[in-house]
Formats: sequence, C-alpha cells, structure tokens
Amino acid sequence: MSTTAPARPQPGAVRSKSQQQRRNRYVIAPLILLVVNVVLFLVFFVWPGALGLLYSFTDYRGVGKLNFVGLANFQKLFADSTFYAALGRTFVYTVLSVPLVYVCSLGVAALLVSKAVRGRTAAKIVIFLPWLISPIVVGVIWKWLFGQDFGFVNFIISTLGGAPVPWSSNGNLALAVVIFASAWGGTAFNMLLFVAALKNIPEALLEAAELDGANAWQRFLNVTLPGIAPTSFMVILLSTIHAMKEFAMIQALTNGGPGTENTLIVQYIYKTGFEQSKVGYASAASMVLMVVLLAIALIQLRFNRKKA
Amino acid sequence: MATAANLPPAVAEEAALGVEKAESAKGPRSGPGRGNREARAKASVPLTILMWLIASIYALPLLWFILSSFKPGSELFSYPLSMIPRDWTFQGFVDAWERVDFAQYFLNTATVAIVTTVLTVFFSACTGYALAKYNNKGTRLFFVCILATTMLPTEVILNPTFSVIRDLGLYNSLAGIIVPSILTATGVFMFRQFFLTVPDDLLHSARIDGASELAIFFRIMLPLSRPILFTLAIFSFQWRWNDYIWPLIVLNDPKWYTLQVALRSIVGAENIDWPVLLGASVISILPLVLVFFVFQKYVLNADVSAGLKD
Repeated sequence: MSTTAPARPQPGAVRSKSQQQRRNRYVIAPLILLVVNVVLFLVFFVWPGALGLLYSFTDYRGVGKLNFVGLANFQKLFADSTFYAALGRTFVYTVLSVPLVYVCSLGVAALLVSKAVRGRTAAKIVIFLPWLISPIVVGVIWKWLFGQDFGFVNFIISTLGGAPVPWSSNGNLALAVVIFASAWGGTAFNMLLFVAALKNIPEALLEAAELDGANAWQRFLNVTLPGIAPTSFMVILLSTIHAMKEFAMIQALTNGGPGTENTLIVQYIYKTGFEQSKVGYASAASMVLMVVLLAIALIQLRFNRKKA
Repeated sequence: MATAANLPPAVAEEAALGVEKAESAKGPRSGPGRGNREARAKASVPLTILMWLIASIYALPLLWFILSSFKPGSELFSYPLSMIPRDWTFQGFVDAWERVDFAQYFLNTATVAIVTTVLTVFFSACTGYALAKYNNKGTRLFFVCILATTMLPTEVILNPTFSVIRDLGLYNSLAGIIVPSILTATGVFMFRQFFLTVPDDLLHSARIDGASELAIFFRIMLPLSRPILFTLAIFSFQWRWNDYIWPLIVLNDPKWYTLQVALRSIVGAENIDWPVLLGASVISILPLVLVFFVFQKYVLNADVSAGLKD
C-alpha cells in the first residue's frame, strides 16, 4: 500500500495546530469514503456469519425461539450418510472439473496468444461468449444438448450407429455432463487471466530457450509454465472454491439427479435449510463447508509458497 | 487469497490496447533475429485449424440452442433432428413474452442489474481509493475484512442471510437483492489496484493547490479511473443479471421474480415446456450480448488479474 498520509509525526516534532488539522483530514476523508461499504460489510457478512455460527448450535426452525442443543447438530451431521454423500460427490465433481477447466482455459489462451494462429480476435470472442450466459441458462443449454430422448448428442450417436446413452438416468454420466458444462462455462474468464499472464512473459526468454535448442513443448514446460505460476495458482484456487459451491447450474441441469445421486453440498444445505426448514442443522452443515473452503485455501496457499 | 491482491498492478486500458496495436503493426523486421521473428509471425495452418476446431466446439452448444429456439414445438421432437430449422417461427419467443409474464421479469431484472451496478461502481471506487491512498490502521483492517468476504460466499450462509434480510424488512422486495450485492471484493480490489498505480505526486500537488480531500477524489481521481469504471460496470451488470442465489432466497412473490428464478421454475417443472423455455432463455441472454458487443474492449482487454470472480 502506498503511503501518502504521514503515519505519525516525526519524533521530536512539535505537533502544531495545522498538523493536527491535516491529520484529521487524513482520517475523516477515508472514513467518509468507506462508511457505506463498512456498514454493508457489518450487516451482510459479519451479522449473518455470526448468526450462522449461533444457529449451528441450536435446533432453530426458522421461527420461534432459539433452543441451544450444544453439539447435537454436528453429531447428527457426522452420522448422516446423505451429508457424506453430498460432500463426497462435491469433492468428486471438484477434482474432475477443476483440472478440466484449467487445461481448457490454458490451452485456449496459449493458442490465442500464439502469433501463428489466424483469426484470433474472432476466436476469442466466440470462446468468450459462454461467460455472458447465466449458470441457469448454461444448465438449460446442456440439458437440451444432452437430452436422453431428443438431445442432439444422442441423435448424433444413434445416427452413427451407436445406442443412445442414458445421460440423465445414469448418475456418473449425469455428473459427466455437469462437468462438461462447467468447463464450457468456466473457460472464458480464466482464459482472460491466462492471456494476460502469457503476454507478460518476456519474449527474450522464449527466444533464448529456442536458441538453446528447446522445442515448443520444452519451452512451454520450462519457461511459460513457471512464468505464469501465480496466475495458475489463482485460477486453481478460484475454480476450486467455485466448484465447491456450485449450485445454480446443477439446479437447472439435473436438479441433483438422478434421484439425489448428484446432490452437491450447497444444494444439500439449501434443501435442509429452506425446503425442510431445519435451519440449525443446515447451519451446522454450512460451518463444515466453510471450514473445508478455508482449509482448501490454506493448503493451496502453502503449496504455492513452497513452490515459489 | 492474499496473492490475488498482490499481483502486478493493473495496466491502464490505453496502454494495453496500445501494445496490442503496436504488435500487430510490427511487420517483418530487419536485423539480427529476423529469421526467428518471421518464423513466428508466419501463419501455422495446423495451429489455426486447431484453434478454430476448439472454437466451433465451444460455439456448438449455444448455436444448437439458439437455432432450436426458432423451431416450432412439433419440430423440436421429431427425428431426424436438423441443425437449421425447417420451419422458422418466433412463436416460442412470443409465448414466453406473453404467457409467462416475461416482460415483468425482464423489467425486474433490469432494475436490479442497473441500480446495483451504479451503486457497486460508485462505492467500490470510494473504497478502493481510500484503501489505496490512505494508509492507517483503519484502512488496513478493512482491507483484511474485504479479503475475508471472499472466503465467506453467500452460499455458505444462506439461512442466516435470509434471517437478516427478513429482520431488515427487505424480504420479498427488489431492494433485498440490491442492497446486499453492492459490496463486492472484486470491485474494491480492481479500484484499489488501479489507484495504487496513480502517482502520489498528483495528490500532493492537488493538496498544495488547496483542494479538499473529497474534491481530489471526485474531480481528479474518479475521472482518471474511467477504464476500470467501465470494466467493473460490465462485470457487475453480468453478475447481477445472471444472479440466481440472492433472488432465490429473497423473493417469494412471482411478480418480483427475476429472469433466472423464472427460468428455473420453468426448467424445474414436472413437464418442461421446451418451446417456451428455449424462447425465454434466448431472450434472457440478449441484453448481455448487446452490452458485451458495445463494450467488449473493456472486457476482453481488461487486465482482470486484480479482480476475483464473484
């Protein structure tokens, strides 16, 4: 952070009146600028955060008084097989979708910065379009594309002589469609990050590697990849957190189906908290999710530090 | 998360554009290294084909979807399917607009997106500036607070957030979606990063000229930050237009529904009315596509490394 305002008066200096006035200016002006967001932060982050923690120790059902039940919610949660199923499915989804998003966005970005490719601006716009589309509509688009009876993909498969694939009645295939959809929707933004990072790699480094006889793949592996490490880290972290809280797209695409097989953790929280109004119980699940998110962030941060 | 905020400062828009122009204008050069440069600038047919193959794979789902929306209901489910509608019709759009009360949802969504965007841009600029140019305990603490919000997404605190909205009397109103969405870490970081790159000398000379702190911000700094302002405006508009989770928990009365909640209720039905759903979805995409094509340079050339996804 840059320092403009003097942090404290010089040692030994006499604090004059005008100095005092200026100090006040440096405190009051930022206060005025910050006040709205500070209030919003307190009301919409601190308050619900604290309330959530409080709820998780009660059997609150949305109305009435708070009844403290100690750790009962957590005990029940850790014995609840549907909770483990939702959490496990979320991990599977994250572990499969994040690498796919990473590879897609980096691959596309690498092609988009390569001067040997023609029509890059147009290609960039085409690949960027999914960013404009809401998670709900992304879900609808992929549901339509992979419809079991009248979907385009099954039509092509059966035209080529194959048997229609049960995209929505088989749990693993349904998850696969969700993963494709997440890669399709998630590429655009991460691609922008990678394009910016790739442009910052000094040309001289790549040329030097080329003169030393490194081929394209070796140059990518040994010069480009280390050069974009901070961006890679950020993309992986953001995509992981994003995947862990995936909700809207799945609501539209499979609604957690078939059955409840692909219910992810946020949907589980929504279902228990709002549809069954077990607020206390859902809040306990939320706390677990928050701890998981924090742990993921800390692990990745640590991993990143070690590499650097 | 700290890394995100410590990335290299955002390059001003003009600079980024300028570099790109200069690069494309750069013809084959003479002198040492010429061979290399020429080899790199030469078009590679396999790479170009690969790029366009990937681009068409990305385009296909959307293309199929949009073309389907022009088919009459009977053609949607008759084999063999054809990419191009045999019988073009706008009936799906008309039905969506009239039967499902889409005009109202459209208006609601536009209100939320526009009002929130204006407020988000303004208050993010204020906060980002304060965090960048005033260094005291308070601003440092608030910076950490903003960082923390990225770790506490709405999805994690659905129920308590609902209680807060209800207790504030914002339940079932558009204000209940707008007010909580004003503060975004991404917006604040984008502006903070930008103002860090503005030289302090500018501030000092304005102070010496006797300008008040707030006047410096409004008269000098805010106009300077125009590129970031536009970029964040488009981002924010996209976030709010496409937002699902806030409207879902805040709105109860269908007359306040936003497009996303309305679409979800169509796709979540027992028997999905596909012609209406296709028409409605395509209509819901249009405004963003329009905004994007007008302002695309602010998105595609933006150095978004300072911002995080929201």
